[in-house]
Amino acid sequence: MDLKDLYQEIILDHGKNPRNLGKFDNYNKDAKGNNPLCGDNVHVYLRLNENKKVEDIAFEGHGCAISMASASIMTDMVRGKEEKEVKEIVIDFLAMIKEKDSLETNILNDDEKTKLMSLSGVKQYPMRVKCATLSWHTLTSALDNSDQTIKTEE
Amino acid sequence: MNINDIKKEFPIFDDKIQNNDLVYLDSANSSQKPRVVVDRIYDFYTKEFSNVGRSVHYLAVAATNLYEQTRISVQKYINAKDKDEIVFTKGATEAINLVANTFGQKYLSEGDEVLLTELEHHSNYVPWHFLRKAKNIKIEFAEINDDGEVTLEAIEKKITNKTKIISVSHLSNVTGAILPIKEIVQLAHSKNIPVLIDGCQGAPHLKLDMQNIDCDFYAISGHKMYGPTGIGVLYAKKKWLEDLPPYQGGGGMINEVKKEGITYGELPNKYEAGTMATAQVIAFNESIKFMEKIGIQNIEKHEKELLDYGLEKLRKNNSVNIIGNPKEKGGVISFTIEGVHPHDIATILDEDGVAIRAGHHCCQILHDKLNLPATARASLGVYNTKDDIDKLNEAINKCKKIFNL
Repeated sequence: MDLKDLYQEIILDHGKNPRNLGKFDNYNKDAKGNNPLCGDNVHVYLRLNENKKVEDIAFEGHGCAISMASASIMTDMVRGKEEKEVKEIVIDFLAMIKEKDSLETNILNDDEKTKLMSLSGVKQYPMRVKCATLSWHTLTSALDNSDQTIKTEE
Repeated sequence: MNINDIKKEFPIFDDKIQNNDLVYLDSANSSQKPRVVVDRIYDFYTKEFSNVGRSVHYLAVAATNLYEQTRISVQKYINAKDKDEIVFTKGATEAINLVANTFGQKYLSEGDEVLLTELEHHSNYVPWHFLRKAKNIKIEFAEINDDGEVTLEAIEKKITNKTKIISVSHLSNVTGAILPIKEIVQLAHSKNIPVLIDGCQGAPHLKLDMQNIDCDFYAISGHKMYGPTGIGVLYAKKKWLEDLPPYQGGGGMINEVKKEGITYGELPNKYEAGTMATAQVIAFNESIKFMEKIGIQNIEKHEKELLDYGLEKLRKNNSVNIIGNPKEKGGVISFTIEGVHPHDIATILDEDGVAIRAGHHCCQILHDKLNLPATARASLGVYNTKDDIDKLNEAINKCKKIFNL
């Protein structure tokens, strides 16, 4: 295990200064997620336009550097993408965090993939995987209009 | 037994953990186990095992005697009047649930109030919440002050003529505040209100004298007292154990079972239904003996010295913020670092073998009040040394470096 893999510069940067933090007025989808074990929570807001494109996205919440960075990078990455593209990215990201060595989707360019791969360090820290995945599960819930709050614990 | 050399009594410190010497600062969560306790479990299972209190063969009788010896050791250790006032449970959680359930059944009805404090562990809130749902009772919370203490006055303020029971921590697992439990009991008794003390953090660290404290109930966790998991104690005054209904039904707790009806067993069997955690109870006797051998006064003194040393060290470390400043404080240091989330602190400290806890420590009410989603917590045990505190401080510095503080 190496802490440098977990706390890369990009994670520290996004963790400290999360992009897209806050809420905007004309969102039409949102969902909440929380991690009862550590008290982290996230609320994702997004606006899907008539072409099913994510016009804007933001999040509110608090948590560790990993969870804030993950939400920050995620919101940056899915803005401007179509709903079905977003879903593909989410599936690819979650598979990468859980088991795969790399990202396979063609929707993301190499730069974007490098950014997302910066979160792959959590694989060595099983207790921290939930920190990285919470906002992504919450994004899926928002897209699916699920009323259920996403919890990392059953 | 020399307290400064006590680590060698604990096998966990024999080997490296992830290539590090273990700096174990999570004893408020659960303590490590001395060799005598581990060996006792092994020996019991390999040489002496039998169920207790039922069969008449040699092993059964011997096991029953051992099991009852622990009861007597606990009685003496906490200076209870009678051995029948010691009920074994699976933990302090079950002890509190037992009281909430049986006392609630008999004495609580709609509109009655149960008085807790804002610093209670979830295990001294959720069991009462069940009654709030089932019986429409009210739960009141005595407030903490700015130092993270609950004063006698804060308790008094919330007592009404509807208050039917008071249930409070002996020692906070977050701020470390030691509550004035004897005074709380005196006050409550002057108004005919019984008191339950959640002694999870009290029993491993403070001298206990039930007859002196005079509380009605006291809940103890075995695994925080250098004992096995799966074992706890409910101390309850005999009058309550005789008066309250049984908790769980099953074998061992009955007197006579007929199709028409059932009579229940005598104390303490009435509250020990089914096969108990026999091996753990028997090994728990070794934990008590271990603590007696060191001497609770020596444990208190040792941990107080370490606490003062740790507080001084961490207070000097800028960007470390210590939660609470109680005048009477046990060996718990909860803290935050400006700009680093507690979970990141815990992960980074762990890399150097420094085991702490991060989160709300099962005290969400308290964390809401403090307006903190989470804190990091270093908690002391008998095996800790000044060197452990130094390593904690160094690891905190590493944390600050990683986060460019």
